[in-house]
Amino acid sequence: MLLIPCPWCGPRDETEFHYGGQAHVAYPGNPAALSDEEWARYLFFRDNPKGAFAERWNHSAGCRRWFNAVRDTADNEIRAVYRTGEPRPVTA
Amino acid sequence: MRLATGGRIDRGEVLRFQFDGREYQGYRGDTLASALLANGVRQVATSIKLGRPRGIFSAGSEEPNAVIQIEEPFPEPMLAATTVELYDGLVAGSLPGQGRLATGPDPARYDAVHAHCDVLVVGAGPAGLAAARAAAGDGARVIIADERPDPGGSLLGTTELIDGVPSADWAAAAAAELDEMEEVRFLRRTTVFGYYDDNYLVAVERRTNHLGASAPADVARERVWRIRAGRVILATGAHERSIAFANNDLPGVMLAGAARTYLNCYGVRPGRKAVVFTTNDSAYAAAIDLADAGVEVAAIVDVRSAPGAAWLGRAQQRGLTVVTGHVVTAARGDSELLDPVRVTALHDWHVCRGALFENVGQWQRPWYYPRPGEDMEAAVLRECRAAREGVAAMDASTLGKIDVIGPDAAELLDRLYTNLMSSLAVGSIRYGVMCRPDGMVFDDGTVIRLAQDHFMVTTTTGNAAAVLEWMEEWLQTEWPELSVHCTSVTEQWATVALVGPGSREVLAGLAPALTVDNASFPFMTWRDAEVAGLPARVCRISFSGELAYEINVTSWHALTLWEAIMASGTVTPYGTETMHVLRAEKGYPIVGQDTDGTVTPQDLGMGWVVSTKKPDFVGKRSYARADTSRGDRKQLVGLLPDDPGLLLPEGAHLVAADVLPEPPVPMLGHVTSSYRSAALSRTFALALIKGGRERIGERLFAPLGGEGGGLVPVTVTSHVLYDPEGARRDG
Repeated sequence: MLLIPCPWCGPRDETEFHYGGQAHVAYPGNPAALSDEEWARYLFFRDNPKGAFAERWNHSAGCRRWFNAVRDTADNEIRAVYRTGEPRPVTA
Repeated sequence: MRLATGGRIDRGEVLRFQFDGREYQGYRGDTLASALLANGVRQVATSIKLGRPRGIFSAGSEEPNAVIQIEEPFPEPMLAATTVELYDGLVAGSLPGQGRLATGPDPARYDAVHAHCDVLVVGAGPAGLAAARAAAGDGARVIIADERPDPGGSLLGTTELIDGVPSADWAAAAAAELDEMEEVRFLRRTTVFGYYDDNYLVAVERRTNHLGASAPADVARERVWRIRAGRVILATGAHERSIAFANNDLPGVMLAGAARTYLNCYGVRPGRKAVVFTTNDSAYAAAIDLADAGVEVAAIVDVRSAPGAAWLGRAQQRGLTVVTGHVVTAARGDSELLDPVRVTALHDWHVCRGALFENVGQWQRPWYYPRPGEDMEAAVLRECRAAREGVAAMDASTLGKIDVIGPDAAELLDRLYTNLMSSLAVGSIRYGVMCRPDGMVFDDGTVIRLAQDHFMVTTTTGNAAAVLEWMEEWLQTEWPELSVHCTSVTEQWATVALVGPGSREVLAGLAPALTVDNASFPFMTWRDAEVAGLPARVCRISFSGELAYEINVTSWHALTLWEAIMASGTVTPYGTETMHVLRAEKGYPIVGQDTDGTVTPQDLGMGWVVSTKKPDFVGKRSYARADTSRGDRKQLVGLLPDDPGLLLPEGAHLVAADVLPEPPVPMLGHVTSSYRSAALSRTFALALIKGGRERIGERLFAPLGGEGGGLVPVTVTSHVLYDPEGARRDG
């Protein structure tokens, strides 16, 4: 079970969190202006890298805040956590 | 047999026990296995299929053969005799590879704790003890766990010296030193059985098993330790590997290290005559100890042509025969967390009235209330009739409730629901559907406008947490500029649904100050009123098509309200099954039962709930995708079996052909809900069928199996089977 450092509460057990998928996928400003293909890309396509991945977590059983984390998908090491709205930090 | 001296047992404390009906004696410090060996019991189990005799093969948790059943003090199956500490009054028996669970309730307590440490040491053998001492000496918070009652691990079964003292004494001293240290927690009888990400480990501590019937009732029998460690040291030692040869499961075949442990730990000679078969040096010490204990060692059989010189020399010095370059090919033998349970404030009343319960999410909800002599079908038909013809009440407290407040509350709801909520008048209620961005139904419920900037929304019972999280997700990640607070108030309110043509009269009796006529208190409005002398919020909402009210009071007042309703003498309590039948007769879908994440509001025949005026809401763009306007999408329809007594199984598939063709058979859809209807005097079902609305009037078939595929004919109808004109809603 991962130990996830919530930027608001500190390190907590993974069971306190819900996963939210890839970070920095903004809801399109005007969905009606998008082609079907562009809308489908927003709906259905996400990255699946081996290595550093910016993703969203919700501390649902704690402060209930959404935040972002950079996790290495190969070894589950969480390299950085940062608040929603902040840019992705540079990680090694 | 028991040796006259030696071992780490307390010969001053004799323990009586039974095995397979016979009385035996052992000593404090014995395991069941060592005591059985001391009493000359060789066979302690049989194999599961062939009934082959099985004996004691090891001296620890690796035991594959000696799997036994404890009968007293409390039945427990499938325990390794080698790990059961002997206690007075133990009654156990051999097993044919399969145990029996206790039939009575387990009186013991069990608990779980969370712990944190800098260093967790798994295993308290020589390496573990040394590591724990070193870490603790540096000031680290240490937890050291070992599965056995005494620390020392492999040292306990040997005769070697450490720092000039017998190794078992060295272990005892090291453990005593650790016990004295404030930042060290020494967990004995504790097996670490899971190692997960970020040094999260799980262990189980057996706290009172070894005390038998004298175990204190107020101490947990077993405790689960969930440990988050900074560093983990695995000092688990090693298990001796067995060597494969024919009949190596016969009683009498034992690991060399185990034989040595029985001698040195328990003062038990496991046999009279032995052959020691090995591939390495380690068995030589066992052979020498056996010989010293009076066992006739016929030979040491070593597969190696040139064994290690030192041990070979010692064996030969002891007069033992060593056969090198040989293997033993055959032996001939001589003879077995956790989800919380949520209950409503009325739970005890339901239990007293003999309700049967069903699990909905984490909630336990009354399913139906059978009267003496009634089966489920009879009870549900009676409850349904009461709701349609008289008056009935249901505990609807489990409905999710979210308080939504702030200057942008209406804006938030407009963006999340498919229909317009900002136009809702204070004092009114609107049904709403929430969809995912892909346009598929995610949840439904009602929205109550309490004030210009204040709403209460209801969710389905199972989706309450998910909907709150959904609101928070959009507020926090996409629309932080919206000023809204969302708060779960599910448990603050108890909700009673009062349903049926007689409900107005019952409500009027309980709330004399409330004007209840249809013009003053119309459908889809709410009023604050005093009901049964309690402050209450009464909503005119119907999930049955009948005249109905949802009466909300604080949970503390739930029982008072409910009992006042029941005291009217005319109200029938009903459960979730009746609720399901009533709503299905009206074609109201249940999210998660009649939908599965691939169903749009339009598929459900609810195009009216999707706004065409709002510029955007979550899901809107997807209704312009080609996929969501396909003519062959699965749509919610009703099904009437030709046989009005035949209940279609939920999940049954539907096909067009009256004779099954060669597979693959084109599948048109499946049954999502199926019930017996008191109002229709027949069975009916709801189903998701490809192009379903175009098929109304068509005959389809449900292949239920049996001869010729057991094709059962059904007729496709509208999903609204009862009171389609909505005449009953106002009473």
